[in-house]
Amino acid sequence: MTAALQTIALEKRFGGLVATDKVSLTLAHGARHALIGPNGAGKTTFVNLLTGVLPTNGGQILLDGVDITRKSQIQRARMGLGRTFQINQLFGAMTPVESIGLAVSERMGGGGDFWRGIGTRADIMNEIAGLIDRFRLTEVMDQPTHLLPYGKQRLLEIALALASNPRVLLLDEPAAGVPEAERAELLQTLAELPRDVSILLIEHDMDLVFSFADRITVLVNGAHFAEGSPQQIMSDPSVQQVYLGSEEHA
Amino acid sequence: MMTDTSLSPLLASPRPNERVSRDLLRRGRWKPAEFVFWLIVAASFFFLPDRHLLLSEIAILGLFALSLDLIIGYAGVVSLGHGAFFGLGAYVAGLTSIHLTGEPLTGLVLAALAAGLLGLATGPLLLLRASDLTRLMVTLGVAMLVLEGANQAAWLTGGADGLTGVMIDPLLGRFEFDLFGTTGYAYCLIVTFAFFLIARRVVTSPYGLSLRAIRDNPLRARSMGIPVGRRILGLYAFSALIAGAAGALLTQTTMFVSLDVLAFHRSADVLLILVLGGVGYLYGGLLGAIGFKLLQDWFSAITPQYWMFWMGLVLLVVVLIGRENLNALPRTLLARFRKEGRT
Amino acid sequence: MLTILIDGIAYGMLLFVMALGLAVTLGLMNFVNLAHGAFAMIGGYVTALAMNRLGVPFLLTLPFAFLIPALVGLVAERTLYVRMYRRSHLDHVLFSIALVFMSIAGADWLLGSSQMLITLPPWLQGRFEVLGVGIGRYRAFLIVVCAALVIVLQMVLAGTRFGARLRASVDDQRAARGLGINVNRIFALTFATGSGLAGLGGALGIEIMGLDPTFPLKILVYVLIVVTIGGTASLTGPFLAALIIGTADVAGKYYVPELGAFLIYLLMIVLLILRPQGLIAPAR
Repeated sequence: MTAALQTIALEKRFGGLVATDKVSLTLAHGARHALIGPNGAGKTTFVNLLTGVLPTNGGQILLDGVDITRKSQIQRARMGLGRTFQINQLFGAMTPVESIGLAVSERMGGGGDFWRGIGTRADIMNEIAGLIDRFRLTEVMDQPTHLLPYGKQRLLEIALALASNPRVLLLDEPAAGVPEAERAELLQTLAELPRDVSILLIEHDMDLVFSFADRITVLVNGAHFAEGSPQQIMSDPSVQQVYLGSEEHA
Repeated sequence: MMTDTSLSPLLASPRPNERVSRDLLRRGRWKPAEFVFWLIVAASFFFLPDRHLLLSEIAILGLFALSLDLIIGYAGVVSLGHGAFFGLGAYVAGLTSIHLTGEPLTGLVLAALAAGLLGLATGPLLLLRASDLTRLMVTLGVAMLVLEGANQAAWLTGGADGLTGVMIDPLLGRFEFDLFGTTGYAYCLIVTFAFFLIARRVVTSPYGLSLRAIRDNPLRARSMGIPVGRRILGLYAFSALIAGAAGALLTQTTMFVSLDVLAFHRSADVLLILVLGGVGYLYGGLLGAIGFKLLQDWFSAITPQYWMFWMGLVLLVVVLIGRENLNALPRTLLARFRKEGRT
Repeated sequence: MLTILIDGIAYGMLLFVMALGLAVTLGLMNFVNLAHGAFAMIGGYVTALAMNRLGVPFLLTLPFAFLIPALVGLVAERTLYVRMYRRSHLDHVLFSIALVFMSIAGADWLLGSSQMLITLPPWLQGRFEVLGVGIGRYRAFLIVVCAALVIVLQMVLAGTRFGARLRASVDDQRAARGLGINVNRIFALTFATGSGLAGLGGALGIEIMGLDPTFPLKILVYVLIVVTIGGTASLTGPFLAALIIGTADVAGKYYVPELGAFLIYLLMIVLLILRPQGLIAPAR
């Protein structure tokens, strides 16, 4: 059986600086896989390579066994690779219903529909209602996004990614900046994400990582450093060394 | 108001998917102020019979500005060369009447199609580099090329002398285009209204929503798999098509075309019109056209030669005050109007 | 053939001097200033009026053709433009088109709509021959003056503290502010210099391009083309673009006059397709 997402010796250089150093990573189907590493380990670059924001300098990316290394961002999204952004990338002037409605319409082939009114297709409406409910956005669904509390915006960020019905979802620091009061809601929602979506979580927050992930990869200086179950990683002395070492710099 | 019950979904507490659908449908629903606007427009036909020529001009400018609103207000593309489509439409309509048929609707359709095709052909240039300056220059460059083309092809277009001999048959074989512009005004109004309806439908469709999303956050739109370039291109061509129809109306109601329809000031004027009326809600072009014509008449009555100076000053003041602040004005008025209508 | 090339180079140099201010405003302030041509027109009128009404010799008028537009630019920047920087590009366009309209109508009202003519001093008239190639004296003069200007500017940019600060501000405005550079003052000075250069270009260009109230629009298209295809990442880009456009325009008018202005627009679009990032692409 092929992996949901796989990279083979993925490489990225900026001038002389090696940002991603031949990283091979395998994301199993239905995985809850976390990618961690100290600041500057190259996590963001790695996500940008996976999603096609940056071109690679070498190596391969396979989505369900299909080579997507040369595909554009839009093609990757259409092939089932979804992502959230570390800094919210939302449609500030639109409401959650509209934003999610847009994502669902695009997926269900109604996005280019220029004649039928919005809100007339029952199948699309059911999908939207389901997502609104799942992400606890019901009370705020008709308010402009930029006015929502940050935690709700963060939920919408994930809802938008899931609305495109991805097979693989990259969550880029989903809990970043969420105030303590809204955190529980977010973690609960993350835990309830559908199991058939394979998830790669990129995160700083160790509590979230250890509660969410069943497998962890550690990235250091752009290279694959260690991988294992949460217990293995937690008890790995070299990983502790890396984190302690980096904290002295921070 | 007749739809009052549907406006309070919380009271009725329907199923969630119905709430969603209702929320989304609300956008496309006609607001009372819109009915009022079009009623006033229709009334102008009956109550201002001696102003039909001026009113036709306003309707044409309004339609032209409406087309520009689609690409500036909805696709977020700043254009300095929208006159190219207007001018092309004007010439195609003129040439159709001379060489093919004087039947007005044929000319209108051909003109609109020609302009739409030009939009479709030149639109990809806009996607080369998503910088406003480049888009400005590409649109301006295309407009200048069309102008030069019309100028050089004097055997076809009459060059600097203009295209003479345009004769338009009665509308639907029945209504003669008269000297007072009555038929002409009715014709312009109906065509403008029809295109407005189509445009309104398009911008409130899922397609229109995706355009708003692209303008709001292109990065996210891309990551959702929205084909950004194709969507912008489609609207650009549609906008060009409407501009072409506006040009055709000008030719058919004045029975004359000259290089003036392609001049730079056309593109600049229409921008000014749109800004006067407000960008991004479709009515801006129509309201702006009224304001523009009134101002133009007034200024040229005071200083016939230098009205451009005053026009520039108005534009300057509008921009310095801030378009948002100015555009908010009619909306607050409308909101107040609506509130009073309800009580 | 060579004569045309030299004419083209002279014309291109002139375009570069006029476009420079626009390139810098665009690169530094990200401001699309369509009214740039109005400053060129002011310079042109300064020279024309000083010569025709006051009898000032041509060369002596040139410093004023620089200083007066620079002063006007400085005032306009501090009072009007400064309010616009944070606005959208659409606002920039509208604002500067308004200025163009007003300057055209204003010039028409004050000075009439007819062409302004000047009589060059005798030593700049006629042509001389080098190795059998006829060169217009005025064209040669233009090349020398503009080349000198370009060299001086390059030295200022590369060698002085002001130049370093300007480059830093263009590169990363926020970082420059963080370093304690007074970016606003650099904006103002640069804007004034750019306007002054445009004015000087306008004065030098009377002989070649003529001068009437529609000048701001006429020249606008040319300088915009130069900046668009040249890019704003360096001075080299606009410089090359100006030479290409200048030469192409002169050669086009000579060899294929029936094409008229077709050629440069076509050239612009083709260059944009070939090099969408500008002739000299930015480093990133």
